Parts: sequence; C-alpha cells; structure tokens
Amino acid sequence: MADHEIRLPDPGKLIVSSSPHFADPQTVQKIMLTVILSLVPACLAGIVCFGLRAAGVLVVCCVSCVAVEALAARWLKRPMALRDGSALLTGLLLGMNLSALTPWWICVIGSVLAIGLGKMIYGGLGYNPFNPALVGRVALLIAFPSVMTTWVTPTPGQMLGDAVTTATPLGTLGTLHRWVPDQVMACGGQALSYWDLFTGNLAGCIGETSKVALLAGGLFLIWKKLIRWQVPVCFIGTVAVMTGVAHALAPELRAPPLFHVLTGGVILGAFFMATDMVTSPMTGLGGAIFGVGCGVLTCVIRLWGGYPEGVSFSILFMNALTPMIDQFTAGRPFGARPGKEAAP
Amino acid sequence: MPDPWRFHGGVHPDDGKALSAQGAIRKAPLLEKYLVPLQQHIGAPPKLVVAKKATVRRGQVLAEPGGFVSAAIHSPTSGTVSDITECIGPGGSPIPAVEITSDGQDTADTCLEPIADWENAAPDVLKKRVGEAGIVGMGGAAFPTLVKLSPPLAKPIDTLILNGAECEPCLTADYRLMLEMPDRVVAGARIITRILGVKQTWIAIEANKPDAEACVRQKAEGTGIGVQSLRVRYPQGAEKQLIYALTGRKVPAGGLPMDVGCVVQNVGTAVAIAEAVLDGKPLYERVTTVTGTPVVNPGNWRFRVGTPFRAALTLAGGVKEDPAKMISGGPMMGLTVYSLDVSIVKSTSGILLLGPSEVSQFRSGACLHCGRCVDACPMLLTPATLSVQIENERFDLAEKWNAFDCIECGCCAYVCPAKRPLVQHLRRAKAEIMVRRRAAQAAAKR
Repeated sequence: MADHEIRLPDPGKLIVSSSPHFADPQTVQKIMLTVILSLVPACLAGIVCFGLRAAGVLVVCCVSCVAVEALAARWLKRPMALRDGSALLTGLLLGMNLSALTPWWICVIGSVLAIGLGKMIYGGLGYNPFNPALVGRVALLIAFPSVMTTWVTPTPGQMLGDAVTTATPLGTLGTLHRWVPDQVMACGGQALSYWDLFTGNLAGCIGETSKVALLAGGLFLIWKKLIRWQVPVCFIGTVAVMTGVAHALAPELRAPPLFHVLTGGVILGAFFMATDMVTSPMTGLGGAIFGVGCGVLTCVIRLWGGYPEGVSFSILFMNALTPMIDQFTAGRPFGARPGKEAAP
Repeated sequence: MPDPWRFHGGVHPDDGKALSAQGAIRKAPLLEKYLVPLQQHIGAPPKLVVAKKATVRRGQVLAEPGGFVSAAIHSPTSGTVSDITECIGPGGSPIPAVEITSDGQDTADTCLEPIADWENAAPDVLKKRVGEAGIVGMGGAAFPTLVKLSPPLAKPIDTLILNGAECEPCLTADYRLMLEMPDRVVAGARIITRILGVKQTWIAIEANKPDAEACVRQKAEGTGIGVQSLRVRYPQGAEKQLIYALTGRKVPAGGLPMDVGCVVQNVGTAVAIAEAVLDGKPLYERVTTVTGTPVVNPGNWRFRVGTPFRAALTLAGGVKEDPAKMISGGPMMGLTVYSLDVSIVKSTSGILLLGPSEVSQFRSGACLHCGRCVDACPMLLTPATLSVQIENERFDLAEKWNAFDCIECGCCAYVCPAKRPLVQHLRRAKAEIMVRRRAAQAAAKR
C-alpha cells in the first residue's frame, strides 16, 4: 500500500487536554434519576393507600419545586440546572413527607421554602448544607402545625373516597405518654398489626408508611452503590437499640423497638433523607457516625421531646455537623506515619 | 494466588487491550530521517557531543549525561547529523533535538562490548553499563535508571520488583515483551538483582495477562525470582501501590521506594538492561503500542527513538476516522499530542488514538459530596474537599490536607459524576505548594 492511500489524523481536529482521558459513565443526572426511580414503589404504595389525593400532593410538590428552581436560577442568574433532576427529587421527597390532606398552596409554600431557602440561596445543588426537602417540611411543620399533623385513614385500593382523619400511632403514643398497645396500635377504629406497619396500612406521610416499598428502593440504591449502607444500618440500628433499652427499662411507658422502627419516618429518613449525598458525610465511617447521631437524636426527641416524631429534626441537626464529621474522618494518606504530620 | 495486600481504592476502567494484544512485536522499517529529542528523561539535560554534518553510527553517543540525574542519548541509526534543531516536547513546548539522516546501512557502533560473563562481572561494571546505555525508566516516568540503581548507603535495598502490571488501559507493549521475550525479562531481573545485591526479586504481573505470566514463570524457574499475579485494578502498577501489594510495606508519605528497601523497575527497562549487557546495545529503540479504535491496524512495534508519530501511524495503516485525541501513553495518565511530528522517545509506551465518540467533553458541575473520589483515591486523600480548597486558591489548606501526596493517577477525576477536574486541581496545587516551599527555603537561607 502506498503512503498516499493512508489516511493520517487531522491535527486540526485533535483536542488537547490533561489526563485522565477516560471517564466513568456515571453522571449527576443519572444518580438523581436512579434515586427517583427507587422512590417510585413507595410513592405508588402511598397512592394506593391514600388515593388520588396523595398523587395530587406529589405532583404539586414536584411541579412547584422544578418551577421554583427555574425561577430562582433565572432571578439569581445561576446556570439553569433543571436537567440534573435534583429539583424533581426534592419535590418528590417533600411530597412524600407530607400528609395526603395537605392543601395545594401549602405544598407550593413548602416547595418555595425547600428549593429557595433550602438550596438556591446557598448557590444551588452541591452547596446546600441542609437537606432541602427537610428544610421545606420542617418549615411547614412549624408554620402550619395542625395541617401538618392531620392524617388520613388509609383506604387501600379506594382512589376517590372521602377522607377520614385519624391519628398516627406515633401521635397517639405522644399524646398518651404511655405504651398502651390497644390504643396506640389502632387506626380509624381498626386494630393494627406489625404486618400493617410493615406494609403501610397505617396513617402517616404519603411516602413513609410502606416499609416494604421503601426497603425495596433502599436496597436497590445500596446495590447501585448510590448510598452508603452504613447510614441506614446505623440509623435504624441505633433507634432499635435505644428504644429497646427504654422499653426494657419501662415496658409500661415505652413502646418496643420494632414499633419505633416501623412507625413514622425512620425507614424513609434512614434510606432516603439521611443518605442525601450533598448533606451527609463522604466516607463509610463518617456515614456510620452520621447514622448513629441521627438515631440518637430521633430517640431523644421521640422519648423525651415535645414532638412525637423526630426524624426530620435529627437529620437536619446532623446535616449541620457533616463538614465536621468529614474533617475528622478524612483518611490519613497512604504511608503517613502514625501520630505525625504526613507532609515533611 | 492473589496478591496478599490490596491497596485502597482504585478504579476498573475498560482495559481496551484486546485491540492490540494479539499484535506480535514487529520491527519498524528504517526511516530516512529521525528527529531525536535531547531531553528524554527527568533530570539535567544532556550535553550534545556531535556537530552538524558529523557521521554517526547506530548506537553512537549523540549526547552525554549532563549530571548525575541525566542520561546519554544514542543515535537510532547510522548516517549524518543533518540538523541540530528543535522539536515539540512532551509538554507541548519546543525542546532541542538532533535530526539524523539515515545512510540506509544501519551500521552498528561497536564501542559497547557485550558482557558475556555477566554472572561473574562486578556489580559496578554492570551498573556502569546501564549508565553507558542511556537507560531510563520505560514505564513512562523516564527517570534515569542508573540513579535508581545507586541507592545511598544509608538506604539498604533488599527487594527488587519488576513492574509488569501494565495497569494502564489500552497498552500492550509490556505484555508482548513478557510474552515474546520472557528470557530477556528474567535476564534483566537477574542483572539488576546482581547490581543491587538484593535478597528477593519479584516480577509482578496483573492477572489479566495469564499467558505472559506463564511464560515469565517458566523462564524464572530455578533463578530464585518470584512471579506474582496481581489483582486487576488501576493503578496497580503505581510504585507505592505495587510495593504494598507485594511486600505489605508502605512507602512513607513524601518518601521513595528505597525508604522501605525496594527498587521498582519496569519490565521494559529490564529488557533494555539485558540487551545493554548481553548484546552491548544502547537504548535507541523500544516497543511501543499503536492503538485505538480509529487505527486501521493496531499493534506493537519496535521503533527507533526519534521516529515521528506520523511514521508510526503510517505503519499501523493510518486511521479510519479523524481521531479526537492523540495520546502519548495510556488513557489514564498519558499526555495529549497535537502534532504528528512528535517523536517517539525512550518512555513512549504507547500512541493511543481516541475517536470522537470516545471523547466526551463535559462542563464540570458543583461537588455533590458523593465521596466516590474518596473511595477511589489509592492515596486515601479527599479530592472533593481539596478541589474546593484549590478552586479558592487556599493552597495552605490543600497542603494541610496532604495534596502533595497525590500520585496523579486520575482515579478521582475518572469517577467524578459531576465531571470535576479533580486530579487537574491537585496537579495545580502540587505545583503551587512546590513554589511556596521553595520560596520558604529561599527565605530561610536569607
């Protein structure tokens, strides 16, 4: 073959850049969409339990979060980053943390607070110290305490029925200040079994009731390596141990650990809220410390605090400690001499 | 047997070796002209010892070492020194170069005699030969080998490791060397063992090259040299990680392999040493992989030093499509090259072309704190935090967070979902910290 037949690279088309020249296919957008996908089972379970009202709350939250992000980005002259999917995820998580009876305008206010106060004022995705969905939820909880604690009796399969309000088991426990299984383990006049708590046949936030759906999504995320197993394991484990000790010391007063793990937002919080990448530590050890901290605070609030539920507050509190945990758990470089500064 | 110690982190990119792995080493035909760069190693530039129009023979010294950390450069063929000029260096800036016009005879220079009875030769004689042959580390760093083989008395060396990991994706030059010339690999290992007087010698090969490992193992039998299969994980061939994988010893932060009694040499370097001793042949040619999806006939060739990339790519049949990147080395640590006139040098392990579909350009986003870079960093650094410090030009903080321990393997940037230029930030920080340290030293002297 003669030389003139051989085609050589066109130097004008060569890109000059520094190594590495390969990149992992993982992107922020893919991560966010995968997390959203993992939440679908819990959302569906919520819609099955609480009817189309629940779907409405979820849709309003998602749409308004995305809209708020777009408006805020425009107003703050920040790059439009709707395609990363993070605003959609925040909206979904916010909706999952609300009662199906939440009026649409409260959903919108929650979205403004979540995206505006929780994320955009810090500079957008990556710079927010607190989980935006929880900022929205907690702000609403403080501003509209009665709306935020009005719950619907689940009517599995009935999409359009009238809503019958009821109390959550945790709420009842908080009012009674005693562990009276017959009264606490009831919902709309029906007795609840632990199986009901597990499958989601109880009153509560849209996305927190069905533990089986949440576990499916959570395990999927652990398998996909998008969340660190240390966070949910340590969170849930700590709740179980602390409430177990409390129950053993005062069985008349304190509910058993399984009750505490399966009610309220422990499972949702441990797998999906405490594992938010931006606001939780970067290492396994850090995640473990974070999880234990969340568990301890949740128990302190539930057992001795004024609120029946403490998952949101505990995660927000630990969010604030995340930079410190990251600093303390940063690895010693390979080859660093123990007890000495690594660099000469 | 799996390697006994596993380093933390690392990544597992698509190895892309199948493209060129089957290509047996071919001898590149003689060219009319070679452009030999006069700086092919880390250290002092060598001193030119030939004048323009001088007649030279293959293997004749063109430039002598310019200091202790330096290396001689030899003529790739016989002919005349047609020009003393400049060429594009690896960093993209011009460096001095010598143009050799071939006379077509390829007459060898005979000033280096083979040391046939090397097994009884004094270690110093062998060591001298390594220097005379202009040998440098051929894995990519191009550190003068003589320096590595001359450890200070205060640092006794007991272990020699030949690095045959070839953990960079797409490169197969070391693989072919081990497969086709295992006797030379082992001979090189034995010569270095004799020079250093070490107790244990290992040849370390990643487990994705079982046939090469079997060849080397067979030749190494009865020589007392161990052959160790290593976990397939980038950067397994990084010096510190390799030493740890084989011996469990951790090179101290800021230290060198000799601090833990080890010397690491690339298998290509060992072959060059064997050739220098057994054949009296200076380092004027090397095996280089020419590969990438745009290349018509990817493979491995033995090129003379000073062969332009243009000639190498022509030999490989040219390209099917215009590549988006031309890389000297592998995809994880190689340097992009923008001209076909760049020459193959002693440390050019590969010429890799990437097609437009393989090169993605990103807009980097904000850090998500996902921690993937922390998981991937084989040096246990925190690239996420460091990159933010460096973006804010807080090099004092970056130094405290051990930026200087970065080995620039690129795992952090590889895994980052926000496509942040993490290793690039760290490179910048290392340069800035170096400047600060020098300034502090200068101030202390005053």
